[in-house]
Amino acid sequence: MFPEIVRRLVATIPVMGVVAIAVFALLHVTPGDPAVIIAGDYATAEDIAKIRTKLGLDAPFLTQVWIWLGRIVRGDLGTSIYSGLPVATLIGQRAEATIALTLFAMVISVSVAVPLGVLAAWKKGSLVDRAVMVFAVSGFSMPTFWLGFVLVYVFAVSFHWLPVQGFQPIERGAWPFLRHLILPAVTLSLVYMALIARMTRASMLGVLNEDYIRTAFAKGLAPRWVLVRHALKNASLPIVTIIGIGFALLIGGAVVTESVFALPGLGRLTVDAIIRRDYPVIQGVILVVSGVYVLINLVVDLLYVVLDPRIRY
Amino acid sequence: MSTRLSSSTHLLGADVPGPPPPVVAAREAVAERLSAGARATRFVRRQPMLVLGLIVLVLIATGGIFAPAWWTGDPLEMRPAERLTAPVAGHWFGTDNFGRDVYTRTIYGTRVSLVVGATVAIASLLVGTTLGLVIGFYRRLDAIMMRVMDGLMAIPAILLALALMALMKASVRNVIIALVIPEIPRVIRLVRASVLSLREHTMVEGARALGARTPRILLRYMLPALVAPLIVQATYICASAILFEAYLSFLGAGTPPHIPSWGNIMAEGKTYVQLAFWIILFPGLFLALTVLAVNLVGDGLRETLDVR
Repeated sequence: MFPEIVRRLVATIPVMGVVAIAVFALLHVTPGDPAVIIAGDYATAEDIAKIRTKLGLDAPFLTQVWIWLGRIVRGDLGTSIYSGLPVATLIGQRAEATIALTLFAMVISVSVAVPLGVLAAWKKGSLVDRAVMVFAVSGFSMPTFWLGFVLVYVFAVSFHWLPVQGFQPIERGAWPFLRHLILPAVTLSLVYMALIARMTRASMLGVLNEDYIRTAFAKGLAPRWVLVRHALKNASLPIVTIIGIGFALLIGGAVVTESVFALPGLGRLTVDAIIRRDYPVIQGVILVVSGVYVLINLVVDLLYVVLDPRIRY
Repeated sequence: MSTRLSSSTHLLGADVPGPPPPVVAAREAVAERLSAGARATRFVRRQPMLVLGLIVLVLIATGGIFAPAWWTGDPLEMRPAERLTAPVAGHWFGTDNFGRDVYTRTIYGTRVSLVVGATVAIASLLVGTTLGLVIGFYRRLDAIMMRVMDGLMAIPAILLALALMALMKASVRNVIIALVIPEIPRVIRLVRASVLSLREHTMVEGARALGARTPRILLRYMLPALVAPLIVQATYICASAILFEAYLSFLGAGTPPHIPSWGNIMAEGKTYVQLAFWIILFPGLFLALTVLAVNLVGDGLRETLDVR
């Protein structure tokens, strides 16, 4: 197992390389001089020259790529044009809210979606099944931020049960921390939930037709036991896969959700950076987020071995 | 396993199609004998959701195309005296913080969403299919290009689109460009997967034996087999493009403020959630309904066209 982990880690290097080059190339594929665009409408020629030197835009393109890759390998993501702070520091400051939000949303999604999917597959064609499928399609079509506002309106503005927006770091106590995260996490979890529920149902439907399931029922095992131990376990590979792939949805949704609930996370950092055309920050966030995404999917790949002993790496 | 890394916001449509099954042909032969009315009834009964989605879409599209006809006013006209009015007879959806009529703006906002949805779907299919056919057919190109695609798909689509918008002027055209670019590798992957399986198909082998050249094989043998999955994929791209346009505009990096779009109407209502919830409620309802309709059409088509 251990050499395989190393081999897999090494295999992610070219993928990350492509991400890094793509993120860098973004600056150059869009029309116009990036220094002029970043400097904004009211910049003087001097400002533009300063930005050009700062971002190293006066060197030949391939040299720039080389320098950029070298910096990333050393863990240097550059400095923000707006605040002058290292991008890595800025990302570090904002990571807590985003990690808390996405983890919370992930827990909610998985713990609701998997049982729903199992139930829908077990009672295929029933009212429950149809309800789950309708929920899945509508969840998939729901604009995240709009749902967020509706939830705020109902639970915060009308009933005053939960705070409208804001964030409390976990050091101030678990309850204030969770209270501020409930609405954003529920908002964010819906799309992900729909995706997982749909995949769980499809995967379970395939497994429930197997002979060993009939055998298990026939020998009188409790349905709950058959569904969880015999069916769900064998249906879990596609579910785990979709959880990994869907992480991209979660991160995308987090950007918007943070904006609705004024959470000081990576999404807000990105949106602020876009308004200020603070390009090093944008590049840094994309790079880190994509890296996390690649790592999560690596973990999913390795989980296969745990879930299905037939798979040997 | 490396293709598994690739993400898709609409992965439900991203499966490999097989050759068309003989059942479809038989079904069509039976359908021939029925009258047009009977066939329509049967279609509605078999695919009620598809029909429902189509009806909603047609309604919304008519709403947008003939926006001036539906008792709307000027979407940009400001009436400071009437600002933040709750929904009443003259203002069915209320007014916003500048006294602009939310109903009028919502109806006009339909245009941006539908144009962006349709254009992004068509453009990314055109570019993606062309590249996918070529990449899938030339093995040497394939290995390198798929690593590149894996890398590009590791970047969450919305972040990539945001980054592109940060470097471009806010305009509908640029929103379309920013949404097409993240979509292209996903289409390439779909097309390429189909090409790989079709390449081993007997009909391609036969065509080759008869001396057909590669371009002919790609266009005459592979492209037709791709039409059904691509149509289904197009609907999913359309749905996510409509959502993403709203996200970008909501975040202030999408459609410019002088063109009403559901996203930027809601962005302006953001500060007034507690005072004037209607500014957000109605455009959001339209947005959710439209995306739902497109997704229903996509799911229905997937079943009808038998795309796995």
